[in-house]
Amino acid sequence: MSKFRNIASIIALLPMIIISLTVFIGCIIYSFIYSLTNSKLIPVTNFVGFDQYERLFKQRKWDVAVENIFIYGFVFTIGCLIIGFLLAVLIDQKIRGESLFRTIFLYPYAMSFVVTGLVWKWVLNPTFGLENSMHMWGFSWFQLDWLVNRDLAIYAVCIAAVWQGAGFVMVLMLAGLRGIDEDIWKSLSIEGVAKWKSYLFVILPMLRPMVVTAIVLIAAGVVKVYDLILALTSGGPGYATTTPAMYVMENFFQRANLGQAFAASIIMFISVVCILAPWAFYEFYIRNKYAAN
Amino acid sequence: MKKFFSILLTLFLPLSFTNVSKAAGHMEAEVIHWWTSGGEQAAISQFAEAWQEMGNTWIDTAITGGDNARGTTVNRIIGGNPPTAAQFNISKQFVDLVEQGLLQSLEEVASAEGWRDFIYPPELIETCEFEGEFYCVPVNIHSWQWMWINNDVYKQVGLPVPQTFEEFLAGAPKIQEAGIIPLALGGQTWQESGMFGVVSSSILGFPHMQKIFRDKDVDTLRDGRFADVLNTYRELNAFTDEGSPGRLWNDTTAMVIEGKAAMQVMGDWARGEFAVAGKEAMVDYSCIIPGKEKYVALGGDVFVFPKNDDPKVKDVQLAMASMMVNPTVQAKFNNAKGSLPMRLDVDTSAADACMQMGLDLIQNPDAIMRESDDWNTPAFTNAWDDIISEFRNDPNYTVAQVMDDLEGVLTSGL
Repeated sequence: MSKFRNIASIIALLPMIIISLTVFIGCIIYSFIYSLTNSKLIPVTNFVGFDQYERLFKQRKWDVAVENIFIYGFVFTIGCLIIGFLLAVLIDQKIRGESLFRTIFLYPYAMSFVVTGLVWKWVLNPTFGLENSMHMWGFSWFQLDWLVNRDLAIYAVCIAAVWQGAGFVMVLMLAGLRGIDEDIWKSLSIEGVAKWKSYLFVILPMLRPMVVTAIVLIAAGVVKVYDLILALTSGGPGYATTTPAMYVMENFFQRANLGQAFAASIIMFISVVCILAPWAFYEFYIRNKYAAN
Repeated sequence: MKKFFSILLTLFLPLSFTNVSKAAGHMEAEVIHWWTSGGEQAAISQFAEAWQEMGNTWIDTAITGGDNARGTTVNRIIGGNPPTAAQFNISKQFVDLVEQGLLQSLEEVASAEGWRDFIYPPELIETCEFEGEFYCVPVNIHSWQWMWINNDVYKQVGLPVPQTFEEFLAGAPKIQEAGIIPLALGGQTWQESGMFGVVSSSILGFPHMQKIFRDKDVDTLRDGRFADVLNTYRELNAFTDEGSPGRLWNDTTAMVIEGKAAMQVMGDWARGEFAVAGKEAMVDYSCIIPGKEKYVALGGDVFVFPKNDDPKVKDVQLAMASMMVNPTVQAKFNNAKGSLPMRLDVDTSAADACMQMGLDLIQNPDAIMRESDDWNTPAFTNAWDDIISEFRNDPNYTVAQVMDDLEGVLTSGL
């Protein structure tokens, strides 16, 4: 019986297994093979070894793209977690009109990144955005040129991204907070622990599953960030806010440089594997082993 | 509103002509192009009308943005559903398609009609000819080599209209003091590198440029004059405004038209914007080809005809190719587009002062200038443009570093 059920589940999973193998694994192998060629507009099998990779690592633009993804990943993840958690805590204070605030904070998440990008593009534009309005109201000292300043532009992108993502983290955290047993709060208040201390040292550790879920979901969005930056800065000024995903897309579709695009996407893939492998190993292997013991 | 109608037109064009009588010899052709702005739409519809007058059906597939349109064309060719005709630029963009045998040779009609005798300038033949056969139809010539100047601004500050970049730089501080932006530049890579191309050709001259971009001669790049170009370019950039990053070219042209800015370096398609705004050439605005030696750059568009499994399509393609080079169609098309025709025997009596300047200049073979993308792949020109764009945006990127990086691109074999 158990053997039969096993076969049935395998049959049920077969389409997914086939799709995974052919689409995901197959495409990765295809990309790798063609990353070793000098394909330009269309894929050709003219092998040139690792030339494309050598060229890739010589590109200033690629260095900037990699640096940007780290800055974006760090600021976006941390920003969303902190602001999301704070919002959740504030809403958790049994406030009036809770559902209204929850809707307002979650609303940006319902928007497309393209819309978010365009909205912030107009807000941050120095010639007709917030800076201009402040000047017209008489605050001539006010300066907000992040979007056109090549050193700060990537942080402008982060602001827009956090604005969109924080509400989502808030909802996750709020669900976690609502799951905390009333008795814990009672015992904490009997002990006379300050509210901020109880949140930080008692409740937050109890929210570990929520935090992990939030981090995984946010991190998945970090690597593939493309549409937000395209709408907000188009990678500019110059190429100051370009990312690896943009580099790949650009070489694929605009620059007719397929070999280079394949090489860059393989490097992206390898770096994601490098980051995820130790974590996956820990989550699925070591923890299970200890749990079994 | 105009845009709305042009979209409507694009949507219904295929529909509205499907009930044209299906007479004998009726041909149907789908054309992919990226001419979507008002003036451009007017130009492509000249082709469509001429095609329909022949009793044929024109299926218009307009895709915004050259990159997207070319990407779609390539995807459809590889996917086995090629369009009848597709637009590319006068460049090496489609050379891979020819090499892989994916394009229809037009030699039959080209030799029958004697294209080699009337296509002018002959450099256009070089672009389209591979191993003695024609693979593309050049339809127009667009030149980048122009400075567009608001005459009122110069009158207001009491300066003569500048003829070179040196003269412009000399007058720029005075314009700035008057509260006007001296240089209107949209901070997108193609606009930045386009202006850089004009600055370099006006300072170096075409023979020098040819040695760098065609012969890949490192010594010519390193002889010190290119560093002058970089320095001039950096000086020019000090006179732009902070709203520049990401600004579209036509919004930037509007700044010159409205007198918020004094000058823009842009291709001759900018003339359309002045015309739409009701400005008169050489009265309200000046078009100046900067530099001691004046050039017409050989940019522009071609149509290619992807091979099709259906043998009947070949006849359609040859008929369309022949229609596009027809002098009457050429006259109508180029007058609408504001570009120069690809043959000399075309009626250009409707040309304004600026276009006439281009027409006069192109008759002199020494004034014809070819651009980097005539000899180089998009991968090369884009790598080059990235460096130029970064040089404009990063004040810490020194001229010496830029020279090293440019040499790297030149010797990369891209």
